Amino acid sequence: MKPIRTYHELAEPDTSGLGTQVAAQRERVAARLATVKHVVAVASGKGGVGKSFVTASLAAALARAGRRIGVLDADLHGPTTARMLGATEGHLQVTPEGVVPPETDDGIAVVSTELLLDEGAPLRWKEPDQDRFVWRGTLEAGMLREFLGDVVWGERDLLLVDLPPGTDRLDALTELVPSLAGVLMVTIPSDASLHAVRRAAQAALDAHIPVLGIVENMAGYACPSCGVIAPLFQGDAGITLANVTGAPLLASIPFDPDAQSAADSGRFRPTGKVAAAFREVVDGLLDRIEGA
Amino acid sequence: MKFLCVECDAQMAFEQRQLPGDGTLAAVFKCPTCGRSVAMLTNPMETQLVSSLGVKIGGRTVAEQPMELIRSAVEGGRETAFDDSPRTSHLAPVSWDDAARERLARVPGFVRGMVKRIYADYAAERGIAVITPEIMDTARRELGLEGM
Repeated sequence: MKPIRTYHELAEPDTSGLGTQVAAQRERVAARLATVKHVVAVASGKGGVGKSFVTASLAAALARAGRRIGVLDADLHGPTTARMLGATEGHLQVTPEGVVPPETDDGIAVVSTELLLDEGAPLRWKEPDQDRFVWRGTLEAGMLREFLGDVVWGERDLLLVDLPPGTDRLDALTELVPSLAGVLMVTIPSDASLHAVRRAAQAALDAHIPVLGIVENMAGYACPSCGVIAPLFQGDAGITLANVTGAPLLASIPFDPDAQSAADSGRFRPTGKVAAAFREVVDGLLDRIEGA
Repeated sequence: MKFLCVECDAQMAFEQRQLPGDGTLAAVFKCPTCGRSVAMLTNPMETQLVSSLGVKIGGRTVAEQPMELIRSAVEGGRETAFDDSPRTSHLAPVSWDDAARERLARVPGFVRGMVKRIYADYAAERGIAVITPEIMDTARRELGLEGM
């Protein structure tokens, strides 16, 4: 048999068209996000730290500060952000320009798998049933790409991308959005959270993604009677993460059961101590991305 | 992806794509020197892997629809998730006969608006005034709309 030439040694164009289509997908994402000033990921290394609560509350606080906000819930299998923002009943309107997302009363545009699925229905893919592990990740990256590139985000100051626990989706996001402003890391005070979030923060830094700040959630329980804040968890993950990453601890958010309950029912907008803490997050975040 | 005719040491050109059934994707390439054609056949898992990339081997024959991958791949999406009421094509409108309309009505609401637009664009681009079930079958075969 004759020696086989390499792909690049074959001079004629690639008539399969795969390369050009993938390039066009990237270009479409870039063009779509040209009207978005900053894309910020919200991440944590583990579940259960209230990342979506932080994303939704931060979005509301930013909107209250006069910024035009979009929220993309990239937690495809466990979406909650749209519910917290009260946007689950909205429709995705298909127009010649793309898909127009629903907006909350305070003008926050929201895209999430919650908008695509019936109440309680899990995200499932069509056939084939066998060997799903081979293609599922690719399909989920494609879903993220379409959420970024096919949605008419319009003029936005910030697009917050609520990532699922772990770092896989952050890698996909970074490749799709090279201009990513950075990532906010959410933790709770515990040592267990510290170790998991530290790994995620290091993964971001290794990928040259700026860690814009640390948000320590559930940092104490605010007594509804006397207002005193008592600790919920042992540990100081927030300040430790700030020290090891070089990113500022933007705020420590006290746990407020009323706020959590309101968020779960889509009626939440920060008030009281929680609102004050999120104003600190807003100030610190805007200082990092707009002051830069 | 390129195909090389080893005998001729020549790069083969893409000819056509087909979905013959059974989850198989067939991509046909032809050698410009000797004229021999070969078909690359993928099994259902490989077909799905290519589809998951949101690409079509040989290029697209109709424009990509907004959220096409999501609407094609999600099982049991919410019937009312998408509002497709505004026309999203620049092409002339086409009409549907009763049988085609009935068949379209059986498509799940999650994907119906997109499917309707793809068939309508297919017909308009070919000067077809009325869409029939036969036209839908032809379009499915030519465009690779298996599952729609």
